[in-house]
Amino acid sequence: MSQDYEIVIGLEVHVELSTASKIFCGCPTTFGAEPNTQVCPVCLGLPGTLPVLNQQVLTFAIRAALACNCQIAQHTKFDRKNYFYPDLPKAYQISQYDMPLAEHGSISIDTTQGEKSIGITRVHLEEDAGKLVHQSQGGQIGTAASSLADYNRTGVPLIEIVSEPDLRSADEAYAYLTALKEILLYTKVSDCNMEEGSLRCDANISVRPRGQEALGTKAELKNMNSFKNIRDAIEYEAKRQIRVLEEGGKVEQETRLWDADKGTSHSMRSKEEAHDYRYFPEPDLPVVYLSEKMIADQQQQLPEMPQARRHRFQKEYGLSEYDAGVCTMSPAMAEYFEDAAKKAVSAKVSAKTVCNWITVELQGKLKADGKEISNSPIASGQMAELTRLIERGKISGKMGKDVFADMYVTGKDPEVIVQEKGLSQISNSDEILKMVAAIIAANPNPVAEYKSGKTQTIGFLVGQVMKASQGQANPKLVNQILRDCLDKNI
Amino acid sequence: MPEITDKTVEKIARLANLQLAPDESGRFSEQLEKILGYMHKLNQLDTTNVPQTAQARQGRNIWRADVVVPGLEREAVLAEAPDVQDYGFRVPRIIE
Repeated sequence: MSQDYEIVIGLEVHVELSTASKIFCGCPTTFGAEPNTQVCPVCLGLPGTLPVLNQQVLTFAIRAALACNCQIAQHTKFDRKNYFYPDLPKAYQISQYDMPLAEHGSISIDTTQGEKSIGITRVHLEEDAGKLVHQSQGGQIGTAASSLADYNRTGVPLIEIVSEPDLRSADEAYAYLTALKEILLYTKVSDCNMEEGSLRCDANISVRPRGQEALGTKAELKNMNSFKNIRDAIEYEAKRQIRVLEEGGKVEQETRLWDADKGTSHSMRSKEEAHDYRYFPEPDLPVVYLSEKMIADQQQQLPEMPQARRHRFQKEYGLSEYDAGVCTMSPAMAEYFEDAAKKAVSAKVSAKTVCNWITVELQGKLKADGKEISNSPIASGQMAELTRLIERGKISGKMGKDVFADMYVTGKDPEVIVQEKGLSQISNSDEILKMVAAIIAANPNPVAEYKSGKTQTIGFLVGQVMKASQGQANPKLVNQILRDCLDKNI
Repeated sequence: MPEITDKTVEKIARLANLQLAPDESGRFSEQLEKILGYMHKLNQLDTTNVPQTAQARQGRNIWRADVVVPGLEREAVLAEAPDVQDYGFRVPRIIE
C-alpha cells in the first residue's frame, strides 16, 4: 500500500421489537410459524383495509431511542416507501422519512484507544417485509426460476437505527454492534436474535486517503447474518476499495452482497431505476403526538445501562475489565452474577471467585449445551454456596468441580451433594495427624531422604496421605502437618 | 413548473409497474400537465401560517393495544394467490 487510507463506516441496524402483535394489525409475531398462518387483510395489503398503530411499538421505540441518547420528536409521522418486490404485498412499505421518531443520539463504545462516542443519526419505525424462499440450489436468488412468499413476517414492527459515519475500522463496527445489542437487550425491547432475523445490519463503507476531509464513494453491504460476518465483510470491502483506488480506478456507488462461504462480496445487479422510492406521507395513519409524559415514563423504564454496570462491577466487586465485560453481556447474566456476588460477599467470599466459577465453569457448560444463563440449572445462590464451601475448606477445588458437575445435572444444593457423596474434605487436624503419623511410619526411606535435605520428597509423602484419605484430606493442611512432624522429629 | 414530457410519463409508468399503449404516453402527459398546472395554482396561496398536514383530522393520537387478534384461515389466504406451492405464494423469477 503506497498510501495510508482511512476507512469510514456507517451502520444501519434493523431491530424487530418484541411485541405480541404486528405494528399495524393484530396478527401474532411468533417466529417459525407455518407459512402464511399469521396474516390478515391489513398486513396482506388487501384493498379497503386500514392500519392502526400498536401502542406498545411506540413505547418500545421511545425507550430504545432514549437508551441511545436520542432526542424524541414532539410529533412524528409515517410515510410510504414505494417499490415493487414480492416480499411486500402492498407494493409500499410503511416507514418514516422526514419526521423520524428520534434523532441526534450517541452511544459509547470501548475501543483499543479507550472509549469513543458514535453518533446516532436517527431511529425510525417501520414494518418488516415478508420472507422469500428462492427455489434454486442453495436458495440463490439469481438462479431461481421462482420464489415462495411467506407473509407471516410482513408487518412485524421494526426500528431502524442509523449511525453517523463515525466508525473507522471493522473492529469498531463490531464493538458498536456489541454495545448496541447490549443496550437493546437491557431495555428489553428486542431479543436481538440474529439467527431468527431479529437484528439485521447493513453497512455503508468508503475509504479516503488519510487527511482528506471529503468522504469517498460508498458501497452498501448487505446479507451479513452474524457480527463476525459483518467484521469480515467490512475488512474485505475496505481492502477491495483501496485496491481499486491504488490501481487508478474509481469506487462505484453500489449495493454488494456478502457471501460468507466464499468470504467475498459481489455487486447486486443495479436496477436501472436507482432507488426512486417516491416517499409520500401515509394518508391512512394520523400524525403521532409524543407527550412529555410518554417520554418521561420510558425514561424511568431505563435500567442501568451495560457500560455503567460494567464500570460499577469493576469498582464494586473488583472484577477485571474482561470479567466485567463477560458478566454484563446480557441483563440476565448481569443479574445472575450480581445476585451470586452479593450472597458470596455477605458470606465473606470474594466476588472474584464467584465470577470465575460463573464465567469459566458455568458459562462453559451452558455454551456447550447451547443454553442461556436464564435457563441455568444452577441458581445464582447455589453458585455462591458452592464457592463458600470451597473457600471455607469444606471441600477442595477439585471436589468443587465434581460437585458443580452434579449440581448442573441434578439442580441439587451443593451441601446436599457433599453430604450424599460423603465428599466433605477432612480439615480436622487430629484426624490428619493420625494419617500423617501412619504414612511416616510406613515410609522410612523417603522420610530419611527428606531429613537428609532432599526436601522435595515431601511431595511424595503428601501424595501418600492424600491417597490414604481417598482424596478427602485438605491438601494444605496435610502439607503443613507433615512438615511440622518431620521437622520436629529431627 | 417542470414540463411533463412523454419521457416523464414513461418513467412514472415504469415506477408504477404499468405498461402503456404507444398512444397513451402522449395522452397522459397532457392530463398530468393539467393536474400539475392546478397544483401550481394552489401553490401560489400563502400558507406560511398553516401547519403542514397530510390529513384532515389531527390533534389526537389513535392507536391500539398490543393484543393478538386471529387473522385469516390459510386456505382463504392462499385461495387468492395466482400460484401456490408449499403454502407459499409462488412468484416468478425476481432477478432477470
